[in-house]
Amino acid sequence: MGMTITEKILAAHADRQEVRPGELLNCKVDVVLGNDITAPVAIEEFEKLNMDQVFDPNRVVIVPDHFAPNKDIKSAEQTKRIRDFSRKHGIVNYFEIGRMGIEHCLLPQEGLVLPGDLVIGADSHTCTYGALGAFSTGVGSTDMAAAMATGEAWFKVPETIKFVFYGELPPWVGGKDLILRVIGDIGVDGARYMAMEFTGPVIDTLSIDNRFTMANMAIEAGGKNGIIAPDRITLDYVQGRNKRPYKVYASDPDAVYSQIREYDVTNMEPIVALPHLPENTKKVSEVAGTSIDQVVIGSCTNGRIEDLAIAAGIIKGKKVHPEIRLIVFPGTQEIYLEALRKGYIEAMIEAGAAVSTPTCGPCLGGHMGILAKGERALATTNRNFKGRMGDPASEVYLSSPAVAAASAITGKITPPWEVA
Amino acid sequence: MNFVGKVYKFGSDIDTDAIIPARYLNTSDPQELARHCMEDADPNFPSVVQQGDIIVADKNFGCGSSREHAPIAIKAAGVSLVIARSFARIFYRNSVNIGLPILECPDCIDEIQTGDRLEVNLIKGEIKNNSTGKTYQAQPFPDFMQGIMDKGGLIEYVREKVK
Ligand code: SF4
Repeated sequence: MGMTITEKILAAHADRQEVRPGELLNCKVDVVLGNDITAPVAIEEFEKLNMDQVFDPNRVVIVPDHFAPNKDIKSAEQTKRIRDFSRKHGIVNYFEIGRMGIEHCLLPQEGLVLPGDLVIGADSHTCTYGALGAFSTGVGSTDMAAAMATGEAWFKVPETIKFVFYGELPPWVGGKDLILRVIGDIGVDGARYMAMEFTGPVIDTLSIDNRFTMANMAIEAGGKNGIIAPDRITLDYVQGRNKRPYKVYASDPDAVYSQIREYDVTNMEPIVALPHLPENTKKVSEVAGTSIDQVVIGSCTNGRIEDLAIAAGIIKGKKVHPEIRLIVFPGTQEIYLEALRKGYIEAMIEAGAAVSTPTCGPCLGGHMGILAKGERALATTNRNFKGRMGDPASEVYLSSPAVAAASAITGKITPPWEVA
Repeated sequence: MNFVGKVYKFGSDIDTDAIIPARYLNTSDPQELARHCMEDADPNFPSVVQQGDIIVADKNFGCGSSREHAPIAIKAAGVSLVIARSFARIFYRNSVNIGLPILECPDCIDEIQTGDRLEVNLIKGEIKNNSTGKTYQAQPFPDFMQGIMDKGGLIEYVREKVK
């Protein structure tokens, strides 16, 4: 009996020939990740073990991104904690302000996560790296601590749902719309405990940035991981970034899936998720005209160069609506610089946007664009839970960069073709 | 392990931002987190919750972020146990890892209300609603996870491995 790509990666990291869904495994991890919120808790747990060193200082990655640059004294203390720990333990991949980025944009860019890897991160969107054909999943701080100590973590082998996308992708429809459609279809717990494997002719031609967006939001359907088998597009991205060898896995033709779901994308429209769950999806034309106060473009979901290119393409030469605050936050310093050189940043600033250094900032209601009671944002982020971006009585709508950019111009939710 | 406690009931898809909003995550001090526990789901909860109380919730409890601050806040608020129709994966894992008792029990949720008094045997997964007299059987933990719980959490469990 064949295995899925997820099963193969788990088996390889548990020194097993074969694994089946439901089995509990102890696996070696290739990379362990934490950030300024989760790593301090992990460090506290790790220190209870009285160990002189982490299992491998090259394979622990720590990124201060959530409240970075430090928003207040308490967050400064949290960052100091992880900085001191990183220095003490010789953590090579600690990224300081000015050289950092949002973790899930940064790790692939730096070639720290690679196809075939098994990665755990104390951040739920660690599932993003599945876009490279890695098994990658979010865990808590205690799991991070244990893995820093042992280089291992326990897993239950998940069942896999296969999602097949076929047809002709219409203009203005991309990875964000595909994944929102899936979440709208199966719900926020539709893939709970399961692997989500994205395949089909549409995925085969999808850019790496769009793939990151899709894998990123697997967790919003409750998924354990999202995964796309590596192909030429993946390897082109990885080439030159990797500093160690990697292995490419693919699902066997006779692999067993708990479900196979097919989507014809031909007549799709961009999708918008309404408050307060990512599953509350509608076509953009169905919610067009909804008034908004703030537009946020960025995050680990849509803060990559292609996202900024799309947004800048729509905004260039126009003005942000007088009653809208448009906040743009590029995913990493490298993305920021590339966007600057290509004129995207200039176009957006000329239009009246605020452009921020890379940070999670507004995405989690941390800082840099908090919503007041009764305010409404349209964001390219991944979560629109109650209070996610500020006051519990504020609202977040989710969309692609194209819809967000068009809406920033008109001041209300707008299909991109009406502006571009 | 036996628990007796008063119920606070919540609905479906209670996410980690409702359990502990990100605006309080610039600290990981359990007592400070406890002061805001479940605040965005029920602003009164932090002031009325008492030692030993039990949270009962519908499906997908704890969905969203990986923040361990969520089960830490619940534990530090004095909650003895969380029972839900189902749990989000990372929340489930984190609860086991920090030693917050949780039980998945799809059958009992509709018949338990806020204010009911429950008597729970965690090892056997037996839940008795003293307010209605009904009893229910929840999924007990797999042995491996029970092993972690018995040690008081993952770090104690790992301690033996790294010695
Ligand atoms: S950008 Fe948002 S979703 Fe992504 S890691 Fe930061 S807070 Fe989490």
